[in-house]
Amino acid sequence: MSNAPLLPLWAAILVGTLVVLGAAIALIGSIGLLRLNSFYARVHAPTLGATLGVGGILIGSMVCFSVLQSRPLIHEVLIALFVTITTPVTLMLLARASLHRDRVEGNPEVPQSDLASLERRDG
Amino acid sequence: MNRPSGLLRRVVPFPLLFLALLAMWLLLQQSLAPGHIVLGSLVALGATWVMTALDPQPARLKRPTAMLRLALRVLVDVFRSNLAVGTIILRGNRHSDHAGFMTVQLDLRNEYGLAVLAIILTCTPGTLWVNHDPTRGTLLLHVLDLVDEQSWIDLIKHRYERLLMEIFE
Repeated sequence: MSNAPLLPLWAAILVGTLVVLGAAIALIGSIGLLRLNSFYARVHAPTLGATLGVGGILIGSMVCFSVLQSRPLIHEVLIALFVTITTPVTLMLLARASLHRDRVEGNPEVPQSDLASLERRDG
Repeated sequence: MNRPSGLLRRVVPFPLLFLALLAMWLLLQQSLAPGHIVLGSLVALGATWVMTALDPQPARLKRPTAMLRLALRVLVDVFRSNLAVGTIILRGNRHSDHAGFMTVQLDLRNEYGLAVLAIILTCTPGTLWVNHDPTRGTLLLHVLDLVDEQSWIDLIKHRYERLLMEIFE
């Protein structure tokens, strides 16, 4: 089942670099999920994996299977499309649910009004 | 646009959505066999009929060059903010102390434009769309690196909002 030896050297190097780079970016995002110190800050971390992380791995996959089957394969574009649309929607839902809970509890870390920083700027 | 193809519109309420869903089906199946085209058409047709129940506002897209420029800008910004957020994470805890909420006054009113802006901002590491008030047009954002509030406002107003208004309004 392993087709890897059939890849020409240039393609193997390109695919390997792209996949390792994508995986490394996703790993940094996961480390951020662990290290950042508030819920709202942590929500930023997984977007690394959802943008460049997924991008690198999918482009690597496209190059790999296009070279192996000698025809352009672009259905990875669909995966990229689904990930880029569904991840932000999920993150927004999480952030809004959390903001609602924090406002109800009167948590001083979050602004009680949407206009907080406008008022601060205008003095 | 509605009148000349009245019957077609009744059978296929959203022709573009129909074609996009059919294309997606065929890409997923990796095949152009007649059976897949028939099955994909049925699925796409069902989805477009369900869509009529949502009764979406008609969307008019203008200026394809503006769309292309926006896509390129977002691509560049995704690269830059991946680098920025990656360094914040790797440098350690104390840097996330700059994180905070801020408010931006938006002039964009079109709901599709706002949806695209929400996806761009949330998808880009470092900015998170939290709450939008459609009556006042204010947007509450959470920013990971909130040192210079004005630079984020400039980014949203000049880099994204102006192009989105050209495209959707």
